[in-house]
Amino acid sequence: MDIQVRVWRQSGPADRGRMVGYDVKDISPDASFLEMIDVLNEKLILDGDDPIAFDHDCREGICGACSMVINGVAHGPEKATTTCQLHMRHFKDGDVIDVEPWRAAAFPVIKDLVVDRSAFDQIIQAGGYISAPTGTAPDAHATPVPKKDADAAFEAATCIGCGACVAACPNGSSMLFTAAKVTHLGLMPQGQPERDSRVIDMLQAQDDAGFGGCTNMGECAEVCPKGIPLSLIGRLNSDYRKAIAKS
Amino acid sequence: MTDNEFWTEGEPVVDKAAPDGPIETRWERRKFAAKLVNPANRRKLTIIVVGTGLAGGSAAATLAEQGYHVKSYCYQDSPRRAHSIAAQGGINAAKNYRNDGDSVYRLFYDTVKGGDFRARESNVYRLAQESVNIIDQAVAQGVPFAREYGGLLDNRSFGGTQVSRTFYARGQTGQQLLIGAYQALERQIGLGNVEMNARHEMLELIIVDGKARGIVVRDMVTGQITTELADAVVLASGGYGNVFFLSTNAKGCNVTASWRAHRKGALFANPCYTQIHPTCIPESGSHQSKLTLMSESLRNDGRVWVPKAQKDTRRPADIPEDERDYYLERIYPSFGNLVPRDIASRAAKNVCDEGRGVGPGGLGVYLDFADAISRLGHKAVEAKYGNLFEMYQRITGEDPYETPMRIYPAVHYTMGGLWVDYDLQSTIPGMFVVGEANFSDHGANRLGASALMQGLADGYFVLPNTINNYLASGPFPKVSQTDEAVVAARKQVEDQIEKFLSIDGDRTVDSFHRELGHIMWEYCGMERTEEGLTKAIGLIRALKEEFWTRVKVPGKGEELNQNLEKAGRVADFIELGELMCIDALHRRESCGGHFRAESQTPDGEALRHDDEFSYAAAWEYFAADGRPTLHKEMLEFEYVHPSTRSYK
Amino acid sequence: MAVDTPIPKTKNAAGASATPTPRKVVRPSSIILKITMAVSGILLVLFLYVHMIGNLKIFLGGTDFDHYAHWLRDLGTPLLPHMWYLWIQRGVLTLAVLAHIYTAAVLTIRAKKARPVKYAHRPKVQGSYAARTMRWGGVIVLLFIIFHILDLTTGTVNPVGDHEHPYANVVADFAPDRWYVTLFYALAIVAVGFHLWHGIFSAARTLGQQTEKGQRRAKTIAAVLSAVLVVGYLSVPFSVMVGLVD
Repeated sequence: MDIQVRVWRQSGPADRGRMVGYDVKDISPDASFLEMIDVLNEKLILDGDDPIAFDHDCREGICGACSMVINGVAHGPEKATTTCQLHMRHFKDGDVIDVEPWRAAAFPVIKDLVVDRSAFDQIIQAGGYISAPTGTAPDAHATPVPKKDADAAFEAATCIGCGACVAACPNGSSMLFTAAKVTHLGLMPQGQPERDSRVIDMLQAQDDAGFGGCTNMGECAEVCPKGIPLSLIGRLNSDYRKAIAKS
Repeated sequence: MTDNEFWTEGEPVVDKAAPDGPIETRWERRKFAAKLVNPANRRKLTIIVVGTGLAGGSAAATLAEQGYHVKSYCYQDSPRRAHSIAAQGGINAAKNYRNDGDSVYRLFYDTVKGGDFRARESNVYRLAQESVNIIDQAVAQGVPFAREYGGLLDNRSFGGTQVSRTFYARGQTGQQLLIGAYQALERQIGLGNVEMNARHEMLELIIVDGKARGIVVRDMVTGQITTELADAVVLASGGYGNVFFLSTNAKGCNVTASWRAHRKGALFANPCYTQIHPTCIPESGSHQSKLTLMSESLRNDGRVWVPKAQKDTRRPADIPEDERDYYLERIYPSFGNLVPRDIASRAAKNVCDEGRGVGPGGLGVYLDFADAISRLGHKAVEAKYGNLFEMYQRITGEDPYETPMRIYPAVHYTMGGLWVDYDLQSTIPGMFVVGEANFSDHGANRLGASALMQGLADGYFVLPNTINNYLASGPFPKVSQTDEAVVAARKQVEDQIEKFLSIDGDRTVDSFHRELGHIMWEYCGMERTEEGLTKAIGLIRALKEEFWTRVKVPGKGEELNQNLEKAGRVADFIELGELMCIDALHRRESCGGHFRAESQTPDGEALRHDDEFSYAAAWEYFAADGRPTLHKEMLEFEYVHPSTRSYK
Repeated sequence: MAVDTPIPKTKNAAGASATPTPRKVVRPSSIILKITMAVSGILLVLFLYVHMIGNLKIFLGGTDFDHYAHWLRDLGTPLLPHMWYLWIQRGVLTLAVLAHIYTAAVLTIRAKKARPVKYAHRPKVQGSYAARTMRWGGVIVLLFIIFHILDLTTGTVNPVGDHEHPYANVVADFAPDRWYVTLFYALAIVAVGFHLWHGIFSAARTLGQQTEKGQRRAKTIAAVLSAVLVVGYLSVPFSVMVGLVD
């Protein structure tokens, strides 16, 4: 199939950037979206142009590196699918596809489609952990965890930290990311001692990093490749309110 | 064959750190004998850790908790993205929570046997001992393992073992364990004990007065080259499966950190031991950039077949039952579709080589669930394999409920790696190697659910206990940025980058990588022959020459330049590929993930030659004459006596 | 000591030092702002309901309606002097409106800063029309409130403007030849409806509603409460216009 991609090109943080169109001919519908960009890049290199820089790594939907806004939707049109798992068969011959980087002040563009997501790491640093230095652990069966809680914690813990939630949110908010971590750790008995300080510190880090506030619009959950539900944000709000009341 | 046109043989290499005596207490005694570092002195000692996967992430966090100053590096944009995250199945531990007769000894036994008697007993025993602590540690960190209704941890059996010792978190165990280690690491970063450098790639090892004292890194965003100094260097940079271009590894996985250390004198052991996984989704065309693994559990209910006729292009449903060859059931009547990974992989390759493969390029076999669906019902099959079927459909666009899946083997894990002693120290003092990057625990073949176990055992429990012994002999003399060795290492890196950018040839880096992958897969893949390997060595040498004259790397050094990154990695993969072929050529036996066609039983099974090859092959980098030097580490089996496996 | 001890710091991927700088100004967290917005919003919704019930008394006729209006001024007497309760309520409502606007403004500014560059290609994905119009809808409602106070509280812009006879004021207000007032009123009420449709759900979520089932329930309740308000409020001008009330 033949398509045209219009890609955001920005040579560096100081460049203003622009959309540039490229024709990609004879692409197999079985190619993944990133493989389509690979093919385009091979051509660009041989033509003496600068290939498109983009983040990617595992290409099986789990590392969270890939990050393209495709036709205005973070990770593209397929539900619960990362960019690397999106295949060209979901497009039609002759389509014009717009590809842009994640857009958020907290995720500045480094080059082309590559953005800096270290703000997510800072949120985790602030409290997204359970303090359990190596060697201090009691036997794994010392504290049973109700299956319901363990399963719900797992669901929240499947977050891959890709940042699609922020890219989709009109407020550039990272609430779904933070909520997923607060929920994961807050559901485990091991996470209780730090539950209050965790939510306060993580929210502070999130605000400080320049993410916007949540208006419960739900765009984040809609594009989340792991299906993290919007309702977790309610849990974050509730935990935060209780923690502030106690402090 | 000792000395010949491809290699020379040197002195044997001996593991001086390994204690002897009863195996049950070796680790205890080693820990007691190891020197300690006073907590007040730890703060003054800096350790560099390269890589933030299960081994590197857990090591960096634990060393920082102990009070060392840690500098951590990863090529990804966040330490959370290391490829450990993609491990699906689970993690073994000898907890015996099922009371089904498991024990440290049994896990040790299974692992040595599973490794086809090419691993060190002492290391494997220690791994089995530490396995139980890993589970405790992970649970304390909040890792949401699967649980039973009573709230206790669930277990399943994995990889043909007879006990249920695998702990898991749905099909995302690697992700959950890595996030646990990552969170511990981020906590230490927040506390200022770890200096994290994401998007930084190690390009050279700095050796001063015979000791590893730092690394040269490139900031992948700005292109800036810096020399980072420390008292010890830990490599946790993963495996080298991407030498095959197509593998289940992440695109960025590379051998560069290990290889540059190898060039500086670290021995590289057993490079030819490659694990090939039978149930991956096949290539769909020349655009293919990586392969995706599907859980082996699919073989529990799926039946593997190909058409009896060559080049049969009919739709699978149109091929009548009597024109199908259920070859695993035919050749291995007792194990059938459940034969071990290497056997299933090789059988698939054989039928495809006969021209009976299916799908694009004839590189695939059917894994058919029609019988299972009619026997168990659509619902039951969906309950068991729903998520895998979904994944398959997402990638291929085909519905496995309607038409058989197509599968093909793919490179999945590499057992070889830098040679380390019992303390996980390489042949360069002060350089330690943990996780998949070292060669230590899996011998010639790794059992399922053991990779996560080894990575975390090394990082949480082994290295933090053994590295003290080295650091206690410090403090080492201060190294200056202007030291001759530091400047030389840096210049080496700068020169290489300049060379890449100046060739300005007519072939892309990826085209070379693909070609190397084809050579490796064809001649150093599932089945190796003397003739094929010799040919491959010639092809790789020619490819290397072509690479250094015709590669085209666009852009500049002082910017984010993904092709420049790849060029350095592919240059190293080409050299590694040659060494893998030489290693495979020299090992004239079949064992684990290494199958030499010349060494098989009359019915086509792998045939070991313990009298001749019961050693780890540790290679010294190519000498000026182009030949690497082989150093043998003889293996002794005091507890588990080598036997032959059979799956007929 | 072997190497120079570097100052512990974290480096972000762009290479810039990301050491958190100590904050000089303590600013309210985004969730505190949202809770303030939710609580003030709920107060305003309660007022709207009471106000609506009062409005509906118009269908009982002028005497009843005017009597109700006069009673409002004596509410709380003899404990409170004449008009005091009304002024207290007005004070609380004004504070709620100001808090609502202030938090909305701060959050909007932060949101704009958090997303400084727009997407070139941006289709509607999930957010309902209501959710996407909260801010402009809020502005329309604010303008209406100002007009409404000048119209029916102070009487400044009302053709009758008689404090003693609010029924007459209302009937005069929605007279057919003043269709533009009625239209503005109707638009504003619809805007309020949209605002609450998302606002009530959003308030529940902000105050901690956190289950999937509860989310469906909250969304239904929000839709019903908003619809009832819109119908209740629109019934008055509609009835005046068609002559049901005169």
